[in-house]
Order: sequence, then structure tokens, then C-alpha cells
Amino acid sequence: MVDIYGNADAQSRQEQKHESLYQNRVKVYPKKVAGTFRRLKWTVLIVLLGIYYIAPWIRWDRGPNAPDQAFLIDMPHRRAYFLWIEIWPQEIYYLAGILLLGAVGLIFVTSLFGRVWCGYTCPQTVWTDLFMWVERLIEGDRTKRMRFDKAPASSSKLTKKAAKHGVWLIIAALTGGAWIMYFNDAPTVVVNILTGQASLKVYGFFALFTATTYLLAGWAREQVCVYMCPWPRFQSAMFDEDTMIVTYESWRGEPRGKHKKGTSWEGRGHCVDCKQCVAACPTGIDIRDGVQLECIGCALCIDACNEIMGRLDLPRGLISYDTDRNLANKAEGKPLRYRLIRPRTIIYSVLLVVVATVMVWSLATRAQVDINVLHDRNPLFVTLSDGSIRNGYTIKILNMTREEKAYKLAFEGLGYAEMTVVGQEDSASQNIARLTAGSDTVATYRVFMVVPADLVQGEVQDFNFVLTELQSSETVRRGTVFRGP
Amino acid sequence: MPTKIEKDAVTGQDTTGHEWDGIKELNNPLPKWWLYILWATVIWSIGYYFWSSPIPGVEGFQEPARERLEQTMATAREQQSVFLEKIAAAQLEEIRDDPELLNFAMAGGGSAFADNCAPCHGQGGAGAPGFPTLADDAWIWGGTLEAIHETILHGVRTDDIQSRYSEMMAFGDGILDRSQVSDVADYVLSLSGQSVDRDAAARGEVLFEENCVACHAEGGVGDMEQGAPALNNQVWLYGGTKADIEAQIWRPQHGVMPGWVDRLDPETIKMLTVYVHTLGGGQ
Repeated sequence: MVDIYGNADAQSRQEQKHESLYQNRVKVYPKKVAGTFRRLKWTVLIVLLGIYYIAPWIRWDRGPNAPDQAFLIDMPHRRAYFLWIEIWPQEIYYLAGILLLGAVGLIFVTSLFGRVWCGYTCPQTVWTDLFMWVERLIEGDRTKRMRFDKAPASSSKLTKKAAKHGVWLIIAALTGGAWIMYFNDAPTVVVNILTGQASLKVYGFFALFTATTYLLAGWAREQVCVYMCPWPRFQSAMFDEDTMIVTYESWRGEPRGKHKKGTSWEGRGHCVDCKQCVAACPTGIDIRDGVQLECIGCALCIDACNEIMGRLDLPRGLISYDTDRNLANKAEGKPLRYRLIRPRTIIYSVLLVVVATVMVWSLATRAQVDINVLHDRNPLFVTLSDGSIRNGYTIKILNMTREEKAYKLAFEGLGYAEMTVVGQEDSASQNIARLTAGSDTVATYRVFMVVPADLVQGEVQDFNFVLTELQSSETVRRGTVFRGP
Repeated sequence: MPTKIEKDAVTGQDTTGHEWDGIKELNNPLPKWWLYILWATVIWSIGYYFWSSPIPGVEGFQEPARERLEQTMATAREQQSVFLEKIAAAQLEEIRDDPELLNFAMAGGGSAFADNCAPCHGQGGAGAPGFPTLADDAWIWGGTLEAIHETILHGVRTDDIQSRYSEMMAFGDGILDRSQVSDVADYVLSLSGQSVDRDAAARGEVLFEENCVACHAEGGVGDMEQGAPALNNQVWLYGGTKADIEAQIWRPQHGVMPGWVDRLDPETIKMLTVYVHTLGGGQ
């Protein structure tokens, strides 16, 4: 059935629900829309995809013996590079920091503007949008696509379907390929992939990422948001009456009904029940049912509705981006009020600032040298023949610079102990050892501490190893224990 | 089984027909593809079980896993063989001085030690009463690479003709009386610098010269040739109190260590030697 707006009757997924315990897939045919939010969505999509595809190609001079890629997670060598930042495995807590920032940022933005992450920036949304654009180019818009799917098999149908899946696979391969580049030197890996010289691992991951992109963005689409993604299930906990969300002004729209040109609007709502909002929705819901978990907040229904309102010479914004509070205010004719600063947004932003400050501070002040001290567990201590007590330690010096560095190892807080570094027995008399660590490596040394019997103080005595880099006099202290009988 | 499917008045949604104490369950159907994936994983797991794990007692189904294990071990052995050949050809000192071989020997010796030696000598050679500490600087049969190698090969007090062998007399068998043993113990304690009854120690010194010097040497410095421990240090195998020492003189205990020449291959024994030598007390 085609209505006066030239579209087949749209049914939301709710209306098409099956009675069985298991639901058949209700295919969603989103209609092409034009408008502010659609333009915003295209812009965001282009910017994000641009960043995604270009970032691995940015070069960054790090000097000799280091990769020139600005963004690189180098698994084999256990380093991660982000512009001027170089992360070592034991600094993986920066990842925790980034995840924390991401989570709090997401919560913060959601409390202010609803599900803008879902609607505009989530990779699932971005790639699905791109795939739908391809689909629309090849198979036509909503009504045409629905008819096309119902049409009997023919060679032209087969050609079009093949073309669509072909283009999807190409995009998926480009997406999967770009992901590989974040983990390998981009120019090298591209040449290797194209010439068949890349490792089986690279081809495996290439195939995996291509397949997931193709399946998730091409086939699964809204199913990911509705059934797989945990985020919609608790995002409403971040909403309050001052959160900007996609809403339907039911006070103005209801009672809805078809409208004939020239008739009066008296005694009825502005909603003409054209179902353009349903037709435009990428998750196939009816926004007029209110806030629901399937709504990704992409605001395409607003664009669709505004177009109809424009044609009917009615004020736009029957579906609009607004807060619950203002919805009520509008209904009662009260002035609108926007509250961006609320207790929850203050807490979220303070959290954001704190985490970001801690991260920046720790990145700015982190040392280029570090030591790990491992006290021997077996035996905890050894009694030597003259009665003195010896403890063994494994010391790892982490040199995070690009040059070989020389260090001075000393200790403090352990009285008359004698320190010996295995292989450097000469230095024992001074209790200071001169050690070296090659560029960008971890050097391991065995160290023995001997305390004369009569000077051992109890079972456990705390003391520090002190490592000083000779050139810069950068000093690191690490506390450890000396164990006695 | 669902009995009465009806529409819920509030939500307008179907119920599943299940009802518990008046509460009706709404039907929020799971997608079919989800169900299919569940079945696919179930089917996969059945196949995967047969592929991956043996079924006890069922001939044939043990083979895949066992074959894979054997392959893995064969590969590992092949990779190790390069080093093992070098170790077989090298002198002990050469192994110690070559960083690459030392690294391999430390790993191989360490795991052999954990398997064979740690039950008595403790992890890392920590030792226990009656079982010498291998990480200190006191040695009964010598702490050089050669001496350690010899001890591991043939053991201590075994039937092996080349075994380390020493036995201390039981002085309680009518040679010394209780008070004499006490005096000797006082003297032995004084050797390691502990405060004792001087008169008793002086009497003990005379007895020591007569009975003990032949093995433990003048001043109790010990004799590694005979496996007589040094008595003038702070390391005590059977305990360092006066009672411990008296007990050891009266009726000595003698530890036994098996020889490993027939149980471990020569390369492993070499690696063990180097490993023990590097525990901290090697001479």
C-alpha cells in the first residue's frame, strides 16, 4: 500500500513482532532523508573515516632504531607509539587510564546530549551508515528496495545483489586492512599483503576483520544495537529530565490521524501519521512510542518529520531534540530552560578532569629509567660459613631511551651490608656498582647483599636500592627487604 | 508449556503464557539467529571435544591429543638438540663462561633440579636439616664444578663403587662417655666462636685431638677429601645447638644422596652442575 507521501506503509518492529518465543528477523529498510542531522551525520562519518584511514600513514621521526609511524602498536617488540608518547608493557596502566577516560567521557556526553555516541560516532553506526548508502545507490531507496527484495529472481536482481555485496566486501577489506596497519608498519604491510609476502597471521587477521565488518555492518546492523550491545541496556541510567534526547511532542501531535489538504487543524494533533519517522529509522522503531532502548539517538526521524511539517506549513520540531523538562514546559506554554550544569554533569566533568590531569602529569614526569627488584624466594636467606646472612636479588634495569646508558647502583638503609653484583665482583669494596643497559632494553643483574651476623636486625629489614643514571643523574629508588633468621 | 497467550494490558505486548503467582511473563522474543548460533556452538563443541581431548579408556580417541603432545615434544627436543650437543662437547668451565650455553644450562639445570633435587635440597638449594644448603659457601665434598659434578654423578654413600663415602664413628658405642661427649661438644662450639664453658672446652680439645682431628683436621677446618664437614663455621647440617652436636657425636646420622649417573643423561647432569654452582656458593 502506497500512501499520499509516495511511500509504502511503514510498520515499526514492535508492530511486526512475532508471537513465537523466537523472533524472525524483521528487515529494516531505512528511507533516505535530508536535513540538518543527516548533514551532521555525513560530516561526522567523513571525519571519522578520514581519521581511521589516514592515521596509520602519518610518519613520525623517532630517531634511529625506532619505527617512524605516529600511531603504532608494536606487538612483537612490545611497544606502543602514540605521537611523542612511547608506552612500555609495564606502563599498561595508561591503557586503563584511557579506558577510564573513554568511559567517563561517554557517560558525561550521554548525560548532556543523550546517545550521541550511538547515533553518530559508534563504529557500528558509521559503517552501517556507509553500507546503507552503498545499498541505496545500487538498489534504490526504501520502497524500491522493498519491491526489489520481493521481486522474483532475475539476472538483473542477481547482478545488483552481487554488485552490492562486492562493494561491501571491498569496503570491509579496506576497513580490516586499515586495522592491520595500526599494528604493523603501514607501507610495508600493504606491500607485503599485495605481493603475497605477509605472514599467515596478518592474512588471518585481515580476513577476520574483513569478515566481521562485512557481517556486522552489512547483515547484523540494528541487531547489534538491539541484541548484542550492552550499552543501550543501562544508558538510560545517565538520563535525567535535562538530558537532550530525541523526543516526540505528543501534546502537540496527538490525536494523530491522516489529514486532507484544506481541512482545519482544530481538534486534532499535528501528527499526520505519515510514518516517515518510522521509515527513516535505521533501527526500525516508532519514536512516538517514547524513549526506548532501540533508539540510537541519530535524529534522522527529526529530519524526516521536519520535511513533512514544512510541506504542511506547520511549525517544525514535532519530533525534536530536546529535554524532558522542556517537553513539559512547551506543553504548558512555559519558557524553555536548559540546564547543562547539574550535579551529575559536575561530578562527571570533575572525574574527567581528575583522570586526565593524573594521566598528563604522570606522562610528563615519567622517568626514562626504572628498576624492578625481585627478592629471591628460595631461599629467602642463606647463612654463610662465617655466620653472615646473604640475600639474593634480581634487578632489572629498564632503559627507555635510544642510547646505551651507564648507571650507578647503590643502596641505602641497610647499615654495614656488602653488595656484590654477580660478574662485577671488583666493585664490592665500594658498595657501588657501575652497570650498563643497552638502548631500549631491559638489563638483568643478580645482586647479593651480605650483612654480618651480629648486625642483622630481625626477620625483615626494609631498605632501598638506588639507581642513578650517570649522564642525567636521574635517580630511581625501589624499596625491598632484607630477610634474616 | 505455554497455556494461555494473551496481550498484556499495560504494554500491549504478548505474554509467553507462563504465569507464576499471578505474575505473567512478557514475551520479548530472542532473535532466531541467536538461537541458531547457540545450536551451532553446541554442535561445534561436540566435534571439538573429540578433536581436542582424549576419552579415557577408548582406544583411538586417545591418539590425536597424544600424537600432538609427542609432536610438540619432538619439536622441542629437536630445537634443544643444538644446545645439548654443544653441552655434551663442552667442558664445565666452557659452559659457565659462554653466556648462551650458560643461559640454556641454567634453564635446563633449573628444571632438572626442581624435578630431582628440590624435594631434599629445597627450591633454589635452600636446604633443610640433614640436607645441605647448596646456596651457601660451605661444602662437604667440595664446591668446584668438578667436585659438584662428581657428587651428582655418583651420589653420597650409595652402592656405587665411585660414590662419595664417609662414615663417622658412633662415639657413644663405648669410646667416650656422656661427659666426654659434652666436653667435645663445648670445644666444637668454641671453634665457631660461641661462648662456652672454658674448662670443659679445654678438656674437649684434648679429646678432639685424640679422636676427631684425623678427619675434621686441626682446628675443625674439615677435609673435603674425606667429606668431613668443617666445624669452625656457622653452617650446621644437623643443627648447631649443643644438644644437636652431642647427638651427632654420640650416634651420628649419615645422609644418603643417590647417584644420578644411571638416571639422568650426561648433558642434564652437566647442566645441573652449572646450575648448582651458580646458586651462590660455587668455588
